[in-house]
Amino acid sequence: MPKYNLNINRAQTEVKVEADTPLLYVLRDHLELNGPKFGCGVAQCGSCLVLIDGEAVVSCTLPVSSVGKSEITTLEGLAGKDGKLHAVQEAFVKEQAAQCGYCLNGMIMSTVSMLNKNPDPEEDDIKKALQLNLCRCGAHTRMIKAVETAKNL
Amino acid sequence: MIEPAIPSRRKFLQNVGYISVGFSMFGGCIGKTDPAIAARFDYLGDLPRSMNQANQVNAWLEVSADGRVRVFSGKVELGQGIRVAVQMVAAEELDMELDKVTVHLAETDVTPNEGYTAGSGSIKSSAMSVRYAAATARTTLLQLASIKLELPIENLALYNGVIRSTVDKKSVTIQDLLEGAQIETEVKSPVQIKSKEDHKYVGKAIPREDIKKMVLGEQVYIQDLRFPGMVHARVVRPPNYRSELEHLDDSELNHAVPGIIKTVINGNFVGVIAEREYQAVKAARYLEMHSKWTTPEIFPAQEKLYDHIRNIAETPENIRDDGDVRVSLEQGRTLKATYTKPYIKHGSMGPGCAVALYHQGILHVWSNSQGIYPLREALAAMLKMDTEKIHIVSVPGAGCYGHSTPDDAAADACLLALDYPGKHIRVQWSRADEHAWEPYGSAIIADLEASLTESGKIGAWKSDIWTDSHSTRPNKDPGTLLAARYLENPMEMQSRGYRGGGHRNGDPYYAIPNLQLNAYYYDGPLRVTSLRSLGAFANIFAIESFMDELADKAGKDPLEFRLEHLEDQRAIAVIQKVKDLTADQVMAAGTGLGYAFGRYKNNDAYVAIAVKLAVDGTSGQVSIIKMWAAIDVGEVINLDGIKNQTEGGMIQAASWTLNEQVTFDQQKITSTDWSTYPILRFNDIPEVEVAVIDRPHEPVLGGGEAAGPPTGAAIANAIFRACGKRIYDLPVTPGKISS
Ligand code: FES
Ligand code: FES
Repeated sequence: MPKYNLNINRAQTEVKVEADTPLLYVLRDHLELNGPKFGCGVAQCGSCLVLIDGEAVVSCTLPVSSVGKSEITTLEGLAGKDGKLHAVQEAFVKEQAAQCGYCLNGMIMSTVSMLNKNPDPEEDDIKKALQLNLCRCGAHTRMIKAVETAKNL
Repeated sequence: MIEPAIPSRRKFLQNVGYISVGFSMFGGCIGKTDPAIAARFDYLGDLPRSMNQANQVNAWLEVSADGRVRVFSGKVELGQGIRVAVQMVAAEELDMELDKVTVHLAETDVTPNEGYTAGSGSIKSSAMSVRYAAATARTTLLQLASIKLELPIENLALYNGVIRSTVDKKSVTIQDLLEGAQIETEVKSPVQIKSKEDHKYVGKAIPREDIKKMVLGEQVYIQDLRFPGMVHARVVRPPNYRSELEHLDDSELNHAVPGIIKTVINGNFVGVIAEREYQAVKAARYLEMHSKWTTPEIFPAQEKLYDHIRNIAETPENIRDDGDVRVSLEQGRTLKATYTKPYIKHGSMGPGCAVALYHQGILHVWSNSQGIYPLREALAAMLKMDTEKIHIVSVPGAGCYGHSTPDDAAADACLLALDYPGKHIRVQWSRADEHAWEPYGSAIIADLEASLTESGKIGAWKSDIWTDSHSTRPNKDPGTLLAARYLENPMEMQSRGYRGGGHRNGDPYYAIPNLQLNAYYYDGPLRVTSLRSLGAFANIFAIESFMDELADKAGKDPLEFRLEHLEDQRAIAVIQKVKDLTADQVMAAGTGLGYAFGRYKNNDAYVAIAVKLAVDGTSGQVSIIKMWAAIDVGEVINLDGIKNQTEGGMIQAASWTLNEQVTFDQQKITSTDWSTYPILRFNDIPEVEVAVIDRPHEPVLGGGEAAGPPTGAAIANAIFRACGKRIYDLPVTPGKISS
């Protein structure tokens, strides 16, 4: 079985796994990371987003073999070493922007990714950046507010 | 004075390291002075139904050796925030800091049996039970302290786990007072509860602690459980409800996919177990491709669905009949209309998942079921096991909005666990299976007819509601579990479940002298069950659309027309509130403002909704600009909880209204992902505003489902105001407006 040396949350990790395994399963099942979630497996909902070199990428359809040396960040890797929350995490807590919270990983990843490129988004930019992300609980308006809060933190 | 109950000698909970011995004077150890203790009054009303079988304090609350209070609730967390609500009421009655109260949610044989977490009942039943249990605990603790400290109760104050004398320096902690025992006092009316004016938490917006865990990826959902040696399974579901397995060839599976442990075939139930999760995914795909099933035609043509429903419905059942509808309908100016709502999905973000372990004769199950005790009965019946041999732990899941697939996933996991004992088996459903096999919310037809008197008031009203069942939740009938119907000895569902939910809110809340409600039940082609608000969404969509039509016919303002037909001041107040909230709206051409009202179940929360939207005249595209809600849930427990539920309820209902319908051809469900069953995405999300009318002296009402039903009608009414097109058939696809 092939081996992959992955750069996850600022650490090198080796996994032995079949080449076609999507990154999501490697993260969850092999590396026991619970941040990225399984929601659809077909790139339609955003539950499984991770940051790859700072940009939000769907991990449920991305074969581990194609990740290479890129820097992967999951929800677990966002907070600082001292446990200080990332501004986006802090903003979601502050705005109580969740109900069940299952979609939250994707929401936070999309937001971080957008703010990396555009630190001062308008409401339309926010909606566009979150367009892949589904939330069935209807917590959207709080999430938009959280993003606005995050950009000022 | 009531005799203080003698606490039992039951030990503190295991894994709380230390058992206190003797009695210590805590004196000046706790620095700052306690705040004044609030007045209490005697609550004389009824106790929640959940207390019938769990009427002792210790069923709801225990004191740990470290002085924390552990509260038990038989409800599960669905994202509605029950955990913080229960924590708030317990801390309030015991005058404790919030962080000294922990909450243990549903687990068989640990928490009270509170049936299902459904019907907006979590606060009404569970939080209220905890309130009375905590209040009773306080009384008992003060009585015990009075004996121990040899002081009258009037000279004692309980604050944050310490009972102090107000006249000298004596004090005792509650854990020392109980000496390892728990409080077994029976909770009975009158209960001395805290005066509402003095509430420190209740009625305020208290943040949920679990959101911090969520943003860190530390909240453990059912999908996140991991046990040493756990293996992964998938179930290969047939192409349709009545397919039969003709042939399956797994002889090469081991070569095709590594890590295969075993294939389990039991009649038409096919499962596969593998070491790794993605191996199980691939194995299921392989088995799908290497099996042959029959695919009988089992559905009517989709465009004929409503005709089909009328054809198969039973003779109607009269639900309500006030005055003489027939005569009055003949006399006045009458109006008739038919409204339809298709099958819709729960569409949880997290497809069904469960873990089961069969070990030493005990079946352990981890599930996000909404009712672990009823699930246990269904599992016991399916597996022909004693209920005592089944232990279920409730674990949070993604929001499920009714009875969706957690119970079915648990049944799958249990069947496989019995076939492969000694290991934790994790079953995860695919998105396609979730979409195709979840039980839906019933399609509903509402035929409405009403007449106006000379003064333009409603003289008579008739609602004929066509509906399938609204609960096929697990119970002792094993056929309530999906997998049971596909076993070699299939167990079909014995009844049609709870059909009454279909005419929920089928009779308007307005004062109408002649009023009739009839239910036409049908046993329809698609799998159905409880979906958030049951029939109320379709029925209030119909009634409140019709109210606007009647107001127009009577030449009256739609809100004034509603107010003319209401006697309940609380109903009037929410309408008035939403009218005020929207008073300054300026409407451009192509935009419309629509209103609707509903009192959920006609005996629960009151909601009025306003919707402002724009309609594109050429494409027929509807864009919602803003939605307002005014809601009255009686006494508010967590203000932010009720706001969050109301905002979410409006948005989910807007999605149902504009986007959603289950599609099918004659052989199968065809909406099997998020592109064939689209729900609202961020681009379509309007602004929302919620006004909560708090009535601290009224009983608590359930708020989780109240906002959705009037939202659909408010959207339809706004569309009419915007472009003159009346919506009779959901969802409101652009074609229905432009045509
Ligand atoms: S799980 Fe990857 S996008 Fe839905
Ligand atoms: S908070 Fe439940 S899916 Fe978004």
